[in-house]
Amino acid sequence: MHSLAEPILLLVVLTDFAVLATSRLSACIRAIASQGVLLGTLSLVVDGAWSIHAIALALGTIAIKAMLLPWFLRWAIREASVRREVEPLVGYMPSFLLGAAALVVSFAVAARLPATGSGPLLVPVALVTVMIGLVVLITRTKAISQVVGYLMLENGIYLFGLTQARRVPFLVEAGVLLDVFVGVFVMGIVVFHINREFDSISATNLSELRES
Amino acid sequence: MLSAILSLALLLMLAPLLPGVAARTRSLLTGRRGPPVHQLYIDLWKLMRRGVVYSETTTPIFRLAPIVVAATVVIAATLVPLDRTSSVLRFSGDAVAFAYLLGLGRFLLVLGALDTGSSFEGMGASREVTFASIVELGLFFAIATLAVATQELSLSGMLGAPLGRHWAQAAPSLVMVALGLFSLLLAECARVPVDDPSTHLELTMIHEVMVLDHGGPDLALLLFAGAAKLAVFSALVVALIVPAPARSLPVALAILVAGTVGVAIAVGVVESATARLRLPTVPLYLAGAAALAGFGLVLVVR
Repeated sequence: MHSLAEPILLLVVLTDFAVLATSRLSACIRAIASQGVLLGTLSLVVDGAWSIHAIALALGTIAIKAMLLPWFLRWAIREASVRREVEPLVGYMPSFLLGAAALVVSFAVAARLPATGSGPLLVPVALVTVMIGLVVLITRTKAISQVVGYLMLENGIYLFGLTQARRVPFLVEAGVLLDVFVGVFVMGIVVFHINREFDSISATNLSELRES
Repeated sequence: MLSAILSLALLLMLAPLLPGVAARTRSLLTGRRGPPVHQLYIDLWKLMRRGVVYSETTTPIFRLAPIVVAATVVIAATLVPLDRTSSVLRFSGDAVAFAYLLGLGRFLLVLGALDTGSSFEGMGASREVTFASIVELGLFFAIATLAVATQELSLSGMLGAPLGRHWAQAAPSLVMVALGLFSLLLAECARVPVDDPSTHLELTMIHEVMVLDHGGPDLALLLFAGAAKLAVFSALVVALIVPAPARSLPVALAILVAGTVGVAIAVGVVESATARLRLPTVPLYLAGAAALAGFGLVLVVR
């Protein structure tokens, strides 16, 4: 594990909290995009050796997570003309505290897990990212913030994957990236249709759909 | 001991300069000329020569408040290792005393504000204590992190030169604590993202509104206490982020002066780059600062 990985992982945690604390959707998207860049560089750093596999993974991650998906999300907020998450189900302060609790829990849990030999921070940061992604996914009502939460959840799983970076074949990673891309794409179309149907992108509207 | 007293005297003499430096940075960055750097010295001199008017509704608490506020800040300054190795007073657990001396000053300031019976001052007092409760949490997270990292319980053991050799192992958590402490400094010293020192709209002020009814030497004491608080917190941040040991007294004093002025410039840069937060979002900002320090604690305990 290169020593450069540690600051990058700390920055990943800070972007998690940035998403949790901001109400502006564009700031959320910017945070998740920078998280994508961080994850891309991390896959280079964590491996140590600059193999073609690692470089391709880094480039693919940055291209999809930091450029394509954020571009797509920005298109979605422009199309639906929403700027802010107005009424989250759980307020910003309580969800921020939930995030802080998740941080403590995941560091406590990770200390009991068997060491993976990939640095002391990778596993807890992966856990935090998954949990905070879950919090965002559950507590926000706007479909776009939910997509951001889903992306963050996936970023956490990707971080877990990095602990096995040498053993997981490239194909699996590529498959995961493709999976996410398709998932976000479908969600984007759903967002678009919710917006056209109800003039808002609040996902709570979906419960009003009935067969008539 | 002598060097500690010398550096304390220097810090207190320089304190009124720091708000001026921050204001100057702010006006230069926003394309204005701004007041002279030594403006606060002029104001203090002017206020000291004035008489005082006390309202008939006030009790002696109102007269006591400025004295206690200024005194607690000065006593708190004696606990900080200003010359990088020693402080004037030192005992085990003085970090807690530091936090609660500032708390005592705030308590009297709030009582004095409530004593005037003015509704605006009551509003300011209510905001001050609301935000202070979160600031205190963050301050204790920072102190706890430093205590765990250095295995010391006094400020002069956990800051300055003794901290230097812990930077190698605990750098990530110390960076988090430094960032958190700087964010708390902005709140504690009533600077921009939380409070605006230059605003004069009662509805949005926090610190300024609590000193509205003080005048003359009382106001001078409060202004000096505000500047000294900024100086003490800046010295705290400097003692945290500059791990160099002090070889001689002049070097230590130079680090102190350059460091505190540097922090004041950083405050000015932040003030000109960010807007004031709306009052409902301030707790979230403070919780963020406390979380930074708490993250440092998690990293160091792990």
